[in-house]
Parts: sequence; C-alpha cells; structure tokens
Amino acid sequence: MQFRPFIALFVVVSVVVSGGCASQIGLSGNTQSSNVEKRDVVETTLANGLKVIVKPDHRAPVVVSQIWYKVGSSYEHAGITGASHVLEHMMFKGTQKHGSGEFSRIIAEHGGRENAFTGRDYTAYFQQLEVSRLPISFELEADRMRNLTLPKAEFLKEVQVVMEERRMRTEDSPSALTYEQFMATAFQASAYHNPVIGWMNDLENLTVDDLAKWYRLWYAPNNATLVVVGDVDPQAVIAMAKQYFGAIKPSEMRIQKPRVEPPQRGERRIKVAVPAKLPVVIMGYKTPVLHTVDKPWKAYALEMLAHVLDGGDSSRLSRDLIRGKEIAASVGAGYDLIAKNSSLFTLEGVPTNGDGLDKIEKALRQQITTVKSTLVSSDELKRVKAQVTAAKVYERDSIFYQAMQIGQLETVGIDWHEGEKYVEEISKVTPEQIRSVAREFLTDDRLTVARLTPQKKQRGVQNETN
Amino acid sequence: MRLTKLFFMFVVLLTPMLVSATPNIEQWQTQQGTQVYFVNAPELPMVDIQIAFDAGSARDGSRSGIALFANSMLEEGAGELNVEQITSGFDDLGARFSSSSATDMATLSLRSLTQKDLLKPALELFSTVVGKATFPKAAVERVREQMQVSLESQKQKPGSIGSKVFYASLYGKHPYAGPSGGTKESIKGITREALRHFYRQYYVSSNAMVVIVGAIDRQQAERIAEEVTRHLPKGSKPPKLPVPVESAAKEQRIEHDSSQTHILLGQLGYRRGDRDKFALYLGNYILGGGGFVSRLTEEIREKRGLSYSVYSYFNPMRELGTFVLGLQTKNAKADESLKVMRETLSHFLKEGPTEKELIAAKKNITGGFPLKIDSNSDLMGYVLVIGFYNFPLDYLKTFNDKINAITLADIRDAFKRRVDPAKMHLVMVGGKAS
Repeated sequence: MQFRPFIALFVVVSVVVSGGCASQIGLSGNTQSSNVEKRDVVETTLANGLKVIVKPDHRAPVVVSQIWYKVGSSYEHAGITGASHVLEHMMFKGTQKHGSGEFSRIIAEHGGRENAFTGRDYTAYFQQLEVSRLPISFELEADRMRNLTLPKAEFLKEVQVVMEERRMRTEDSPSALTYEQFMATAFQASAYHNPVIGWMNDLENLTVDDLAKWYRLWYAPNNATLVVVGDVDPQAVIAMAKQYFGAIKPSEMRIQKPRVEPPQRGERRIKVAVPAKLPVVIMGYKTPVLHTVDKPWKAYALEMLAHVLDGGDSSRLSRDLIRGKEIAASVGAGYDLIAKNSSLFTLEGVPTNGDGLDKIEKALRQQITTVKSTLVSSDELKRVKAQVTAAKVYERDSIFYQAMQIGQLETVGIDWHEGEKYVEEISKVTPEQIRSVAREFLTDDRLTVARLTPQKKQRGVQNETN
Repeated sequence: MRLTKLFFMFVVLLTPMLVSATPNIEQWQTQQGTQVYFVNAPELPMVDIQIAFDAGSARDGSRSGIALFANSMLEEGAGELNVEQITSGFDDLGARFSSSSATDMATLSLRSLTQKDLLKPALELFSTVVGKATFPKAAVERVREQMQVSLESQKQKPGSIGSKVFYASLYGKHPYAGPSGGTKESIKGITREALRHFYRQYYVSSNAMVVIVGAIDRQQAERIAEEVTRHLPKGSKPPKLPVPVESAAKEQRIEHDSSQTHILLGQLGYRRGDRDKFALYLGNYILGGGGFVSRLTEEIREKRGLSYSVYSYFNPMRELGTFVLGLQTKNAKADESLKVMRETLSHFLKEGPTEKELIAAKKNITGGFPLKIDSNSDLMGYVLVIGFYNFPLDYLKTFNDKINAITLADIRDAFKRRVDPAKMHLVMVGGKAS
C-alpha cells in the first residue's frame, strides 16, 4: 500500500519504495572505496542547461531515475501556498501526447514503481525500473517537463485530493498541527514560515491558472537536475538524456528574492490547543545551514552535536531523558544541514506523564547548557564517527537513497561532491568546535518553543471549511 | 505504440537474465536444530542477520501485549551487561540492533560491517542479547510506562482506532484479534516473571530461524548462525494456532473528533502458502493493490477526488489472514465513499478483471521483479518469509512463472470462493457529517 504522490513535509521524508535502508537522512560521505565511486560518477550539463548526474551501481539489473526541479514551498508567496505540491499532483494528469493517468499506466506496465515528492526547496519525480526500460522514463519525463495540459476538470478533483491529504497528514494529527504552528512562529519573513502542503484556505482558493503560471515559471531544463543511479553505462545514459531532453528550450529563470529572516529578538513561545491525548514540546534554535553558514565547519559541528544528542540508543537524550531521569517516552534532536535557507536545530519530547512538559523542557535546556560549558568526550565523538562511517556503507544498499542524496544537494545549491566529504568533515569536528557553535547559535534569543496542550473538548477555532 | 513494441522486445531479452539474477538461497540447520537461510551478497562489506521466533502477538494468550513487551526488553539488559553497555556497545561498532514484534513473528536483527574487529564483538553482543536477556526490574517499569504512552498516542489516531476495532471484530476470540500493543489494563498486569517466562518459552532454538544476507562465505555464515543462537535453550515449538472462524458481519461506527472518517471494510483472507494466493494477489493488484492504476484508485480518487489514499490488500498469515479495503475522506463524504467502494468491489466480483487489466497486472508484477530483490534489505525480507512459512527455496525463481500461469477464470473463481461482501466487517471512525 503506497500513498502516491506523497509529500515531504519537512527536510525530506523519503518513502520506503524500495525497502532500502534509508534510516539516516544526511549527506553521503566517503569510505576507503569512495575514490572509486567519485571517479565512476559522471556529470554533465546539456546545452539547454539540464544537469545530468549518473552513478553506476551494478549490484542488480535495475535503475532509478529522478528529476529534481528547483521549486518547492520556499519559492511560494502568500496566497498560493501549496501550489508546488498541487502542481506535482497535476503532473500525473496528462500532456498533449499522453492523457491523464497514462504516465502511471505506462510505468506500471513496465514493472516500474514511480512517485513524486515536494519539499521546501524542491519537487522531485522518480521511476524505478528494470534497467532496459530507462528510455521509457526519459521519454515520459521529458514530455511532461513542458507539455502539461492542466485540464481544469482534473484540477478541481485533484485539489480535493490534496485537501484530503492535508486533513489526513495535518488537520487530524495533533503533532503535525503543532509542528506547522511552530514553524510559522519561528519564521516570519523566511519562506520556511509556510507548510509544504499549503494552508487550507490557500488550497481552497487555488486556481488552475495559478498552476499554469507556476508551471511555466519553474519547469525548464535549466532549472532541473536529472539523477540516474543503477546498472548503467554513464556515457550511454548521457547520450540518452540528450536524445530525449536535448531539444527542450531553456527558459529565462527569474531571480529569487532572498527573503532572509531578520534576527530574532527574544524567545518565542506558543501553545497549541487541539484535541489530543499526548502533550508534546518542540524547541528550535535558528541556525545557519551548510549552504548559508560563514564557515562550513560550524555546520558540521552542529550536525555532530545532533548525533551526540540523538544518534542511536546510546546517545545523550535517550540515555538521560528516557532512561536516567525517566521523564520522556520519546525524545529527539535534529539539525537541517542541507537546506537552501537558514533553518533550525530542533529538540522535541513527549513526556511519560501528562503534566511533564515543564520537566522535559527543563531537561532539554539543561542538555544545551551542558554542551556550552562542558566539552563533549572523545568517546562520544569516536562513536559518532563509527556510526557515520558504517552508515555510509549501509546506505549504499539503496540506489534510491544514493540518487536522493545527489539530487537533494544539487537542488539546494550545493555541489554533490560535498556529500562525498561528509564522513571526513564530521570526523574533523573537535569538542571545542561543538562548544563554540552551541554558544554561538543555541541561545535563548534564537529559540522558539511550541507546546501541544491536549484538549478534551471539541476543537476551538477551526478555519477549515469542509 | 512505440512503447508497446519496445516492451515485447524486452520481455524476450529479459527472461534468461532474470533467472541468473535470482539469488541462491542456501539452507541448513545449526547443531541445535535451528533452520538457517543464507544468501551470499558480496558487493557491499556488510552483513544482515535476523533471528525470527514464532513469538508474535498470536502467542499473547491471556496477557495481551506481552509478546511486544518481552521483545522490547531484550536490549535493556543481558548477561552481565546493562542497557548503557549494550546500546553503546552496538553504537561504538557502527552496528545496528533492532527488534520487532508482529502478529506471527518476533524478530531480532543486527546489521554490521564485515570488518573483523567490528563484526566479531557485534556478534558476541548480539548473541548475548538474544539468549541471555535479564529483564531488569527498573527497565520493566520504564518500558511498561512507554507502552502506556504509546497506547495513548494510538487513541489520537483515527486510523489506529479503526484498525484495532476491525481486528477485534474480525477475529473475535482468536489470538489474531490482538491488539498487539495490549490494553491499559493488560499492560499494567504483566509481571516481570511473566515476561521472563514468555521469553524462556518462546525465544528458544527449536522455535527460531536465522536469516543471513551479506558479504561472507558459507563457512562464515555457518559459524555466525551457531554463534548467534548459542545461548538459546533448546525448548520446543509452540502448539499450532487455532484456525480462525468467520464471525457474523458487523458494522461499527465510532465517533472521533477528526475532520476525516477512516473506513475499513474486510473479512478473513488467506493463509501463507494458500493454493489461491497467486490468483488473489494478482486480482487484488487490479482491484486496489496497484497504486495509481487500480480500480479503487480510479473510482475513488481519480474520478471523484474523494480520498488521498484508497487501497485493498490481502495480508496473509500463518493461519487465515485478512482482506481489507480502506480509505479516509472528509466526514461529509464518508457515506458516499463507502458506497463507491462497495460498488467497485461488487462490480469486480461480478465481472472479474478484463483481459487488458490482467495483461497489465502481469506485466507490472513480473516486469518489476528485479526491483523486489535489488537490495540486501529487500532480499532479507523475502528470505525471512520463505523460511518462516516454509516456502520452497525456489520460490523467487518460480515466482514469475506462477504469476504468468494465472488466468482470468482463476481470478474470478478464487474471488468468488474467497471474497463475500455479505461477510464483511465494516468499521468507520470519524466525526459527524455536518
């Protein structure tokens, strides 16, 4: 049972399409064999600006093809939030050549799996196929880059489907609702203020003309990256890409306004009151990401800190809050290393008893205070290095995941080679650097705290109209 | 047009290639008599090891949730080691330990690099956790508390509420009725002694099987299988489960404060290894299993925009599993959606699939075969099922032939005998239609 097309609500939520091992979303790194890999990856940019990256992997006679467009919710403006994602749905509704639903029918008949996902900074489409069927994917994908028909009748139904998707994922999920409110509070000017799926009222008022305009703006070869991983010869794939995509004319791309978030002036707190059984606290400190940071080591130090706090069952948060103090039923930390705009270092927890939010928040803050005052031990750093080194091998079990890493990096504006340096960069982080980034970025005036306080009664204010 | 021609060309070319690409599953027994299944996958310097026990929630007995509870406790203490030593032990080696408990099966898994100085200690730790769990008293209470929180979290999800009610309705007093997470009261009542007893009864070598997939040779695999099971007592196999009996169809509407209503409609399905399985599997692909291209998706989502996700599936188990149709839609559209879902099903049962649909389904399932086994984790999943349910070792090799042999008449006949809307249980969870 697959949900398709699905949406990545935050950084990336990869679907388990291949059943591959994609438990850790991070950059790809390197191992002893990485030099071989680097040499094997072939990249080129076609005359029309389409970037093509091919990574051979000959373990099985299969291939994954992903096309990544530089458009997502962070490109949207007020009033049309969710447009990128609805357009993603409409990409399955036919071109002049292939009618509505034909894309999926053809891929299915070739034994393929396909889907698409939208994030804050990208919209991506993929097919997984037995390797000889790759031309079918290219033909169809090239066709819908330009020739979408966007029939109004199909749009009117599909936007209903997306509203159902929003109800399922957000309206009826107390923690997702809290998260949405949390992001909207943390970010005011930055486009990360808006949810990827869009606000319900914007979806209700979206028109097919909005989508037609959006499609013309962003769907162009010079705004896309084609990533192919599998049992292929890179040169043959590049030739094939030229054959199918080469004739598409490039567009003049508009320059994105930076929409930089102004400095936060003091801690922000919100309370989200919805019917629920479990309270939740989410805390987020504004942090730069690899793409926006002044010195890359700072981003890797924050990444390392996220591992120290929440990398594996032995990490600090599990050890101290779930075990130790026994105040949390679940707890987590995360850092957005890979994003287009500055984002967050987050902490979150669900208490073991209903009134435990104060205790959890206090304990999470204590964790941050500790890393500011006491150096992380070398044992912990060694452990994280062992984990990321092994993870780099494990993730090669999934060609989908390998393609995803390349596509995601390129689409947020980072050369994919950076991914090959992940283990190396992480391994260079020193305890002093972790303390330094904690002191610089994990401060109260950069902090937003959201608390879900469960309500027994009916929902109070509900803007949604059914 | 061009595409279709291409396709036939590929099919001809593909057939011999697929056969050679099908992995070779080796099988033997440990000295203690545990079945071992092994696939050599030399490409990546890693190995996956999984031990499966017939110790899922079907073995809960009167203590609902005990199977999951016991399974969650193993990493909490084993041999001389406490939870901090165990968790940091795995993490320091870059190894990944995980445990899970489903209906038929409880599993313990280890993923490690094959580098000797990492693999050796990881195996030693894993075998201690598998065979010498100590169920520390404080950890029992902590995990109990976490299970209670997890039960609360399920209560805020209409999908989870519906699925619990559905299984209870379908299976009545049969062990498959669940719930696998237990209830507030049952979890409260499970003692440390009961957990230890469950563990000693079911986590035994006679009730275990081992699957190994990775870059090691047969000899190493043999040694690993011995090593990871060495602390398990011999024990015995648990008795066969009773055969589920169909109960009278029931309709239940549960009020929940949500904007959508979740609908589940279904009945008992088929057993693992059932003679109708290929016909039912293929037929279901056409009805509601084939993602975007199924009839249910076409009628509910594509034509009417009623739901984001609509599906049907057979979930085969050791004994009779389930056949379920499901969707979720805004409350005001619940009745309409249910009606369309039922009509789609009854039309399918009456007319059966078309020749065109059958061809398309076969093309998808057989043409996509290489994708099913293209990673170690995928392979692991298949070999686990093959071993646990005693499928023939050539199951993967013959899979496409079995699918291709199914006819329209086979599907119609199997669905006629196995699927009956009059026997279906209906569960709807959601808010009022206003």
